Amino acid sequence: MFPSKFDYVAARSVDEAIAAKADGDDVRFLAGGQSLLPMMKTRLATPAKLVDINPIPGLDTLERSNGTLRVGALVRHADLARSDLTFGAVASAAPWISDPLVRNRGTLCGSVSHCDPEGDWNSVLLATGADVVARGRNGERVVPITDFVTGVFTNSLADDEMVTEVRIHVPAGNAGGSYQKLERKVGDYATVAVAAHLELAGDGTISRAGLALTAVAPINTKVTAAEALLTGEAPSDDLFAEAGELAAQASEPRSDVRGSAEWKRNVVRVFTRRALGAAAAEARAPTKG
Amino acid sequence: MTTIPKPTTPPEIGGIGHSVKRHEDDRLLAGQGNFLDDHVLPGMLHMAILRSPVPHARINSIDTSAATALDGVVAVVTGELLAQYNLAWMPTLSGDTQAVLATDKVRFQGQEVAAVIATDPYTAEDALELIDVDYELLPVITSPQQAMADGAVVIRDDKEGQTTNHVYDWESGDAAETDAAFAQADRVVTLETHYPRSHPAPLETCGCLADVNSTTGQATIYLTSQAPHAHRTVFAMVAGLPEQNIRIISPDLGGGFGNKVPVYPGYVVATAASLVLQRPVKWVESRTENLISTGFARDYYMKGELAVTDEGRILALRVNMLSDQGAFYSDAQPTQFRAGLFHVVTGSYDYPAAHVKCAGAYTNKAPGGVAYRCSFRITEASFMIERLVQTAAYELGIDPAEFRLKNFIQPEQFPYETPTGFLYDSGDYPTALRTALGEVGYEELRAEQARLRDEGKLMGIGIAHFTEAVGAGPSKKYDILGLKMIDSAELRIHPTGKAILKIGVKTQGQGHETTFAQIVADELGIPVTDIKVMHGDTDNTPYGLGTYASRSTPVAGAATAVVSRELAEKAKKIAAHLLEASDQDIELANGQFSVKGTPGKSVTIQDVALAAYTNLPDGMDYGLEGVHYYDPPNLTYPYGSYVVVVDVDPETGVWKVRRMVALDDCGVRINPMIVEGQIHGGLTEGFAKSSMQWITFDEEGNCIGSNLMDYLIPTAWETPRFELLATCTPSPHHPIGAKGVGESATVGSPAAYVNAVIDALAHLGVRNIDMPLLPDRVWSAIQSAQGSSA
Amino acid sequence: MEVTVTVNGTDYTHDVEPRLLLVDHVRTNVGLTGTHIGCDTTSCGACTVLLDGVPVKACTVLAVQADGCAVTTVEGLGADGSHPVQAAFKEEHGLQCGFCTPGMMLVATALLEENPDPTDDDVRWAISGNLCRCTGYMNIVKAIRAAASATAPVG
Repeated sequence: MFPSKFDYVAARSVDEAIAAKADGDDVRFLAGGQSLLPMMKTRLATPAKLVDINPIPGLDTLERSNGTLRVGALVRHADLARSDLTFGAVASAAPWISDPLVRNRGTLCGSVSHCDPEGDWNSVLLATGADVVARGRNGERVVPITDFVTGVFTNSLADDEMVTEVRIHVPAGNAGGSYQKLERKVGDYATVAVAAHLELAGDGTISRAGLALTAVAPINTKVTAAEALLTGEAPSDDLFAEAGELAAQASEPRSDVRGSAEWKRNVVRVFTRRALGAAAAEARAPTKG
Repeated sequence: MTTIPKPTTPPEIGGIGHSVKRHEDDRLLAGQGNFLDDHVLPGMLHMAILRSPVPHARINSIDTSAATALDGVVAVVTGELLAQYNLAWMPTLSGDTQAVLATDKVRFQGQEVAAVIATDPYTAEDALELIDVDYELLPVITSPQQAMADGAVVIRDDKEGQTTNHVYDWESGDAAETDAAFAQADRVVTLETHYPRSHPAPLETCGCLADVNSTTGQATIYLTSQAPHAHRTVFAMVAGLPEQNIRIISPDLGGGFGNKVPVYPGYVVATAASLVLQRPVKWVESRTENLISTGFARDYYMKGELAVTDEGRILALRVNMLSDQGAFYSDAQPTQFRAGLFHVVTGSYDYPAAHVKCAGAYTNKAPGGVAYRCSFRITEASFMIERLVQTAAYELGIDPAEFRLKNFIQPEQFPYETPTGFLYDSGDYPTALRTALGEVGYEELRAEQARLRDEGKLMGIGIAHFTEAVGAGPSKKYDILGLKMIDSAELRIHPTGKAILKIGVKTQGQGHETTFAQIVADELGIPVTDIKVMHGDTDNTPYGLGTYASRSTPVAGAATAVVSRELAEKAKKIAAHLLEASDQDIELANGQFSVKGTPGKSVTIQDVALAAYTNLPDGMDYGLEGVHYYDPPNLTYPYGSYVVVVDVDPETGVWKVRRMVALDDCGVRINPMIVEGQIHGGLTEGFAKSSMQWITFDEEGNCIGSNLMDYLIPTAWETPRFELLATCTPSPHHPIGAKGVGESATVGSPAAYVNAVIDALAHLGVRNIDMPLLPDRVWSAIQSAQGSSA
Repeated sequence: MEVTVTVNGTDYTHDVEPRLLLVDHVRTNVGLTGTHIGCDTTSCGACTVLLDGVPVKACTVLAVQADGCAVTTVEGLGADGSHPVQAAFKEEHGLQCGFCTPGMMLVATALLEENPDPTDDDVRWAISGNLCRCTGYMNIVKAIRAAASATAPVG
């Protein structure tokens, strides 16, 4: 019910946060805390020190610039759900992260760093494309999302590094996206979810396709085979159904109390088709401006 | 007659039938509720319980030295220590024994092993991690079938003479008559189904603040208790404390639903610790503790057989049931009935023969079974018969509504004695079902279903018509640990005409502070806002068996009406004295006493109340008060017709409720607003159980569903909207004609939801999917029926 | 560590452990027990408070994180029941046991600030982080809609 004892530092700057993180063993950053604190309350996580980044100014940037949607480390899920700046799969997914109260505290960057294979954002970012900006004692580096997620609850950050923002690639022309999430109830993790992102060329064919899966593989998984199938083709139900087949084959769901692997694979197939259909419909819709 | 009677008092008096706004809301809305954990006593210590991580193991040793040495820890208690006070084991409400703190073995995952008492709860939890227990694993039993198999490991080797995991056998009805009827049948319809384990999970968990003072001899125990008087008596027996010195105070309760009826080990340990340490000890369990160790609900494996004719008449019913009782048999249920009131499984239908055979087994799981608004296992029974009847309709090719109407007990047959010995008091089932079907537009829906089927779309209409049996109960048949299931009301009217009513039942959100006052207001004409209702403190309420199984209105409500009438009789005599008239000529209406045939001459109840202390006829005792212990002559039988419409997505198996129409007949409704609230809650519980909410175990006996991430309680987003209807057939034997309603919707609705989903798939040949109807199960049923694999 | 939290307009300063949860701080140190605890996995919302006006689960915020912040609890809605949300909950029978009610009312208060005229779906969505076992949500939704009507700008 209650966390074990730990030391606490309220950082006032990124440099102070990084220094505090590097000072000692078993130190973790605290942003929204909506994943970390529950783990600490069951004592699954027992860090010796928490470095709270909430007081740091300037980390709540949410803006479009240079073809990216910049999401600062303290941008909450609720901010994204409310914002006009989101698009496609990002806009589709934001309202479905956990529940409204958790969305008020939890952050996208925190979620991304957490690398929970049942977490939603990493699938969305794998579909749209994104870069993670990390700052450490050696300065700043930019890591593509495909390199950032390395395993279950494991990312490619060095011990002293902190994520300061995520830059989501914003498509240039006609584009659309969708996040189809099967959850048993609001607040539950996804049983199966599919993130789809489509960009259309001038002739209406697919110039870029992004497809990623949540909760049906050891980590959030980009279905490169399906993406290759879709690229260059005209959108159609049959094409999306085929993509669904490939996605189903690429998934490695486990049978558990939520349902059998066979059924989950079937949901991957169906949701991929539906997500791509919704993405294509959005891409073809007249621009809202 | 099924129309709803109008109130006979004006709104200012607020008697029966008025939707009076609740008195208890004022403090709850201001955040000034007095829940268990809100209480703070000087010198109070905090207790945490160490629980077994494994489901079945011998305890080789427990080392508490590191925990005891932790700064802030005052004491560490083990079973060995309790055994010295004869407190390591305690009796259960079913006549078994239950471990307070494990001594020889642990028998379920989550069982209590040790307790830490510390100066604050955080320290207490830190200390738990420092206790070292050496477990030697034993084979695990995770189902009653496994438990009953030859050679199964014996879980209760603590009980002398126990060589198996068999707990009880019980039967009801007439086997020979039933067999004879089955021999006459054109067809036998069979259904086997598991009603899975569930948990009441009230939003407030269980807890205890025990303050035992040896100087005064007083034990004041704040307890989350739905039955404070019964608990006081049990505490007296178990702890050996004199009963007059035990005061149980059950404060505001954040829900109960049967979870707060059993006596839990934590209560006993906290009380013992307070006795030894001479300081108040508070124990409030976490949600995980609540789900993994406290009284679960259901877990019945049922096989039903219905003997029918080809024309669609039911001839007889046979039911076999095996229950999973967990590691200790601790159900709270009337002594004679080992499977509660499960034998009401004959349902709402008229046929002469039935035989019900029940057995129970120990497993390596938490103890319990009777809980969660089950009306003593009527949830299980009602589910069985309504699912069976639906199945029979499909197999006979008769519309499920028609089949029910054809077999209903008819209004003129009441009071109706069922083949298993219930005497249903009153009802008009055909009107109820027809009304509900009319409201939902049944004919149009069937036409739509046919059209949708042609397009490959799946839509279903599910019906459940349930008959409840509540208000336990007559002393001839019903007792718990020998205590007869009476209940009580004590009423006193003050000189200024205000009143105080003390009752033996205990509200957990049902609004007794308002509804019971309304009964008094109705009888005596005292405005409902002038009546204070007290409950939960055993030092100043009369003895009762508590609130569960929808018994409060039928039993304590009756006691309230009876004592009010007794006071009305005395009041009439006082009025006659004041009006200088004869007793026989006094009429009482809406708080006014008048003289028959003499308009303009009257006195008020307030005048009479004052006179009771100032101006009485010779020979009459002063004061205006009384107490009544009511022994009901029968149970009461609320009923309802529920209709659910669902749409099923054939590609994923996900289903959604399109409409839920619920008609309830609970006789006279004291407060329609409160009754509807109770029904909303129960319909939600039915939805939850049918779709997502269950506790299950893996092969190793690990509990899945021991926290709210795994035990799924629906939010406002998933929960359907409900359309409520009502008819009223009063109970002929209840003083105000009321039947009680608290558990009706939980009893009746699961079958309606399940029947709806099955109905959507019935044309494919699907007949059964066990709850919860997970999308995977629905999808798989469709795949199997269509003969295809994914 | 020393923290100062402004609860319902009053400053409270205490020396607390970093691990102390905000809900325990409010209940035990500040002494306001209207905020309740219903679970241990951040699932139920019974502990909802407004943190600088935003509804959050106080069991999943550290007291030290609320240093310098304003916290509104159910007690901040007033003791006489006249707050429109409180009045609507009583009128519409939006509570039975009352345990989830403080959280529901605070979420409702924040919702109506942002969306003064919510639909049933808007309300159900807003309270989907708060569990209720008694009411089946029907009358809670009715109450919040009624509060919205009562506070709607005239004309």
